[in-house]
Amino acid sequence: MKTWSFGLIGVGILAFLIGFFTMGMSSDPQVSANFWGTIMYNAVFFLLITNIAMFFICALTLGMSAWQIAFSRVSEAISAAMPIFGLIAGILMISLVVSHSHIYHWTDAELVKHDAILTHKHGFLNAPFFILWTVASIGLWALLGARMRKITSEADTKYLGAQEGQKFIWRKTVNAGLFLAWFAVTAGCVTPWMWLMSLDPHWYSTMYSWYIFASSFVGGLALITLFVIYLKNKGYLELTNQEHLHDLGKFLFAFSIFWTYIWFAQYLLIWYANIPEETIYFKHRVQGEYKGVFFLNLVINFVCPILILMSRPAKRNYTMMTFMAVLLLFGHWLDFYQIIMGSISAKHITLGWLDFGIAALFVGILIYTVGKALTKRPLVPKYHPFLKESIIHHT
Amino acid sequence: MAKKKFVVASFDEEANLFPAVEKTRKAGYKIHDVYTPFPMHGLDQVMGLRETSLHTAGFIYGILGTCTALGCMSWIFVSDWPQIYDGKPHFALPAFIPITFELTVLFAAVGMVYTFCWLCQLAPFVKKHIFHPRQTDDIFVLAVECTPQTDVAELERFFDDKGTVGVEIQEAEAGWWWGRFDKEQQIINENAVEVL
Repeated sequence: MKTWSFGLIGVGILAFLIGFFTMGMSSDPQVSANFWGTIMYNAVFFLLITNIAMFFICALTLGMSAWQIAFSRVSEAISAAMPIFGLIAGILMISLVVSHSHIYHWTDAELVKHDAILTHKHGFLNAPFFILWTVASIGLWALLGARMRKITSEADTKYLGAQEGQKFIWRKTVNAGLFLAWFAVTAGCVTPWMWLMSLDPHWYSTMYSWYIFASSFVGGLALITLFVIYLKNKGYLELTNQEHLHDLGKFLFAFSIFWTYIWFAQYLLIWYANIPEETIYFKHRVQGEYKGVFFLNLVINFVCPILILMSRPAKRNYTMMTFMAVLLLFGHWLDFYQIIMGSISAKHITLGWLDFGIAALFVGILIYTVGKALTKRPLVPKYHPFLKESIIHHT
Repeated sequence: MAKKKFVVASFDEEANLFPAVEKTRKAGYKIHDVYTPFPMHGLDQVMGLRETSLHTAGFIYGILGTCTALGCMSWIFVSDWPQIYDGKPHFALPAFIPITFELTVLFAAVGMVYTFCWLCQLAPFVKKHIFHPRQTDDIFVLAVECTPQTDVAELERFFDDKGTVGVEIQEAEAGWWWGRFDKEQQIINENAVEVL
């Protein structure tokens, strides 16, 4: 896998360099915006799906769920890759806000002055607040995630008695609560407005952050599933079996439907009200150049999971789950493509070698960092109080 | 509805129940049913029950609901009483989706409840024989049906080393009947309760 990851990183860096010299340096602001936008949506996508791994752990910890313990080290390793993507995405977006007003129109002071809507939104959409909030979001995700990983490390070395075990669970719960509270005001609320919705600064949708969250949640679950199946295939996760896979499959299925629900809730209201300043978002996506991508996205992320993942045998089948996880990961990557590039380059679809090259770069980084994080600690927290419940888990 | 003979073994430990059920099935005896105070994971596999077809029924009801909703609304708004609402086309698919979704859920849910009752023979005044008064309390009951080929004495001896708390032979109705317990059957044997 290490060779593979280096290969992918190599391909990605090559694509980045070619793109940088042919497009990034271009004097045409649209071409350069396409290049930086492509990198930005990949960076944000991989940042959010790796962060979802920690969200998954925390949400299940608060629910006192035990079944995840057998493979929780896999999700933890994925969340350990989050600071790296956070660094890439954070630096990228902050420098775009500071220097590139073609992507974030609201950073152009001259434009804002003559635009009543943007002037009105200036209290929220301004560079200092953007930088502050971006640093705070990514920084606290990384910090609280690292604390969570540190707490669970205690279950590796020494046996926990009844009292110590209770204390251990309590500390885990408190930390999970803190993470989720911060996650709710950032990833579930303000951060997507700022990072992504402000690409169309005149347009707004109240479903937007939930939509981004749902999309990244399914992507993150697919990622966890893929790593679990890969490690299981290699014989490392003896305690994880079909029962755990079945529950991961249920999550994938349920949240694909949740994604569709949010997708439709956003679409239906805008379609029904038919207000021009809202429908502008869907105009070129449903009727213009992005039509193909837009409906392909719906087929991959809704029709495929509901038809394939509905039956019980499919969720317990390793081959089928691998296929679906890869498909959904690609589907939600495509979703992020159409969300972000659909706003940056509304007239022309840009999907091409650069997108796949940059995606290869990030997949390479992901495989390398997650692989490295997996080797650092035992794959099973041996003395975790819930471990037995996880081993005998039965659906 | 016919009266049949049953050998009824009762257990007070689920650890004894599982191997006993498995061995009974392996030995080729016909298990009538196993009664437990609470749902038990894995018991269906041990008993060798096939997977329920309830979810297939649910899927069919769901499709039926989808078709009903879409068909009904399309017919009303396109051909029976076409009107223009809010500048939308007659066949305004996005506006139909919420109702389609609701009817799909309604049909699937209600249909599955009734199918479940049908499969389990649950209805007001439908009665079945109760093999042990404490089978809903703290006793696990394994009822084995005696076919003409079954050697009853051998079957009773079969349970000797299985950790039972009691083995008895009962002549009882195998199916269900209409009726009321208070009039037709004395569920709790008062003498037996005193002994326990």
